[in-house]
Amino acid sequence: MIDFNSVTTAIDRFLNSVLPHQAATLVECLIIAVCAIVAYLTFAIVMIYMERKVCAAFQCRVGPDRVGKWGLLQVFSDVFKMLTKEIIELCSSDKILYTLAPFLVIMSSIITFSCLPFDNGLQVLDFNIGIFFIMAASSFGILGILLGGWSSNNKFSMIGAMRSGGQMISYELSMGLSVLTLVVLSGTMQISDLVEEQTKGWFIFRGHIPAFIAFIIYIISGNAETNRAPFDLPEAESELTAGFHTEYSGMGFGLFYVAEFMNMFIIAGIATTIFLGGWAPFTIPGADAFNSAMFMIPGFVWFLGKTFFVIWLLMWIRWTFPRLRIDQVLVLEWKYMVPIGLLNLLIMTICVVMGWTF
Amino acid sequence: MSINLIIFSGLALVMVIAALFAVTSSKIMRATTLLLFVLFGTAGLYFMLHYSFLGAVQITVYAGGIVVLLIFVVLLLGKGSVDVTQTSMRRYMAGTATALTGMVLAIYLITSTDFAGDKFTAEDVTMKELGMSLMGTEKYNYILPFEVMSVLLLACTVGAILIARKK
Repeated sequence: MIDFNSVTTAIDRFLNSVLPHQAATLVECLIIAVCAIVAYLTFAIVMIYMERKVCAAFQCRVGPDRVGKWGLLQVFSDVFKMLTKEIIELCSSDKILYTLAPFLVIMSSIITFSCLPFDNGLQVLDFNIGIFFIMAASSFGILGILLGGWSSNNKFSMIGAMRSGGQMISYELSMGLSVLTLVVLSGTMQISDLVEEQTKGWFIFRGHIPAFIAFIIYIISGNAETNRAPFDLPEAESELTAGFHTEYSGMGFGLFYVAEFMNMFIIAGIATTIFLGGWAPFTIPGADAFNSAMFMIPGFVWFLGKTFFVIWLLMWIRWTFPRLRIDQVLVLEWKYMVPIGLLNLLIMTICVVMGWTF
Repeated sequence: MSINLIIFSGLALVMVIAALFAVTSSKIMRATTLLLFVLFGTAGLYFMLHYSFLGAVQITVYAGGIVVLLIFVVLLLGKGSVDVTQTSMRRYMAGTATALTGMVLAIYLITSTDFAGDKFTAEDVTMKELGMSLMGTEKYNYILPFEVMSVLLLACTVGAILIARKK
C-alpha cells in the first residue's frame, strides 16, 4: 500500500524550497482546488454515463450507443448542448437569488466531496470532527433548493422546493443517527482514523447486527437526501414538470443536475468510509497470506470499487421502487426510521460497553 | 501581511457587507440569504481559530437549521416578495434606540475587556475532551446546562405538537 502522505509531504517540501512559505501555501491551495474540481467533474461524467447504462440494463434496453463507442461521448455532447442553450430571463423573479441558488447547492456538494478519503493520505479535509463536518457541510445544500424553487416564481417549483425541504430536513435526522451509531463503535470522528481502524476489519462486520441495521437506515435516508426515486417527490416529473429546477436552463440546470449525481457519489463514498472500510482492503483476521495479498491492491481501487458498488445498489433501488406519496415519505421517517435508529444506537452502545463487538 | 490576516480581512469584509445589506434590504428573502453569509463568515472565523467543532456546529445549527427554518416560515406565510417597509415612526424610533444601545454596549465591552490575544494558542480540541467536559459533573463542566437545554427543547417540541395537532 502506498502512503500518499509521503507524496504530499514531498510536494509540500519542494514548493517550500522554491517559494516563500506563504506563496507555497497559496499555490498548494490552488493545486488542491483544481484537483478536487477536476476529480468532481470526472466522477460526475462517469456517474451520468453509469446511470444511463444501469437504468437501461434494469429496463432490458441497451442505453446510449450512438455517440462514440458504446455511447461514451454521450455525456460530453450533453454538456456541450447545455452550454449552447439560451439562459432564460424570468419576469418578476428575484434575479440575485435565482442566480445564487445553484451555486449554494454545488458549493455544499464540493465541500463534502473533498472530505472523502480516496486513499491513505489522499483527502483534502481531515478535521478531528471529520464526519460531523461532512454532516454540517451537506446540511446547507437544501438552502439552494429552497431559494431556487422560491425565486423561480413558479408554483410547481415552489411545491417541489417545499417538499424537498421537508424531506431533506427529516431524513437528515436518521442519517445522523446511523452515522452516530458507527461513531459509538469506532470511538473517533476523524475520517483518517476511522479508516485506519478498519484495516483490522470493516465496521459492518465488526459491529454485526446494529451496524448492519445502521447501514440499511443510512442507505434509505441517503436515497432520500439525494432526492432520488422512490423519494423523488421534489422533482416528480409526472406532477411538477421538473420540480424546483423547472425554470433553470443551461448551466444553472447543469449545476443542479451534476450536484444531484455527485451527492449520490458522496452518499456512497461516506457509506464506504464508515461502513465498508474506505480504502482499507478486505481482511480476515488470522489469514496472513490472504491479507497481504489484499494489501497489494492499491487503496483507491478498493475505495472506488466499494463506492461504485454502493452506487449500483442505490441505482438498483431507484429503478425498482415506485414513488412514495409525501405523507408516506414523512411517516416512514418519523414513525419508523427515527425510532428504529434511536433503538439501534442504544443497542450499539450496549454492545460496545459490554464488549460484544469484534 | 500574513496569510492569516488576509483571510481574516476577507471574512470580516464579507460579514460586514452582508450584515449591512441584510439590515437595509427591503426584501425579506434577500435579507435571510445575506444573513446566511454572515453566519458562514462566523463559521470561517471559528475554523481559523481551529475551533473546528464550534465551526461545524455553527454551520449545522445556523446555516442548516435556523436559516432553513426562517426561509420556511417566510415561504409558509407567503410573504417572500413583500417589501418590508417602515410603517410607523414609533417602530423606527424603537429600532434605532435598540441598535444604538447594542452598539454602545459592544464598544464598551470591546474597549474595557483585556483580550489575552498574545497568550492564545490555536490548537485543536479533541472530541473526547469536548464530550467529557460537556457530560462531566465536576467543576467547569456542563452537564447541568446541557440537561436544562434538553428540557427546554423537549418543552418546545411538546408545545409545537400541541399547537399543530388538530382536535
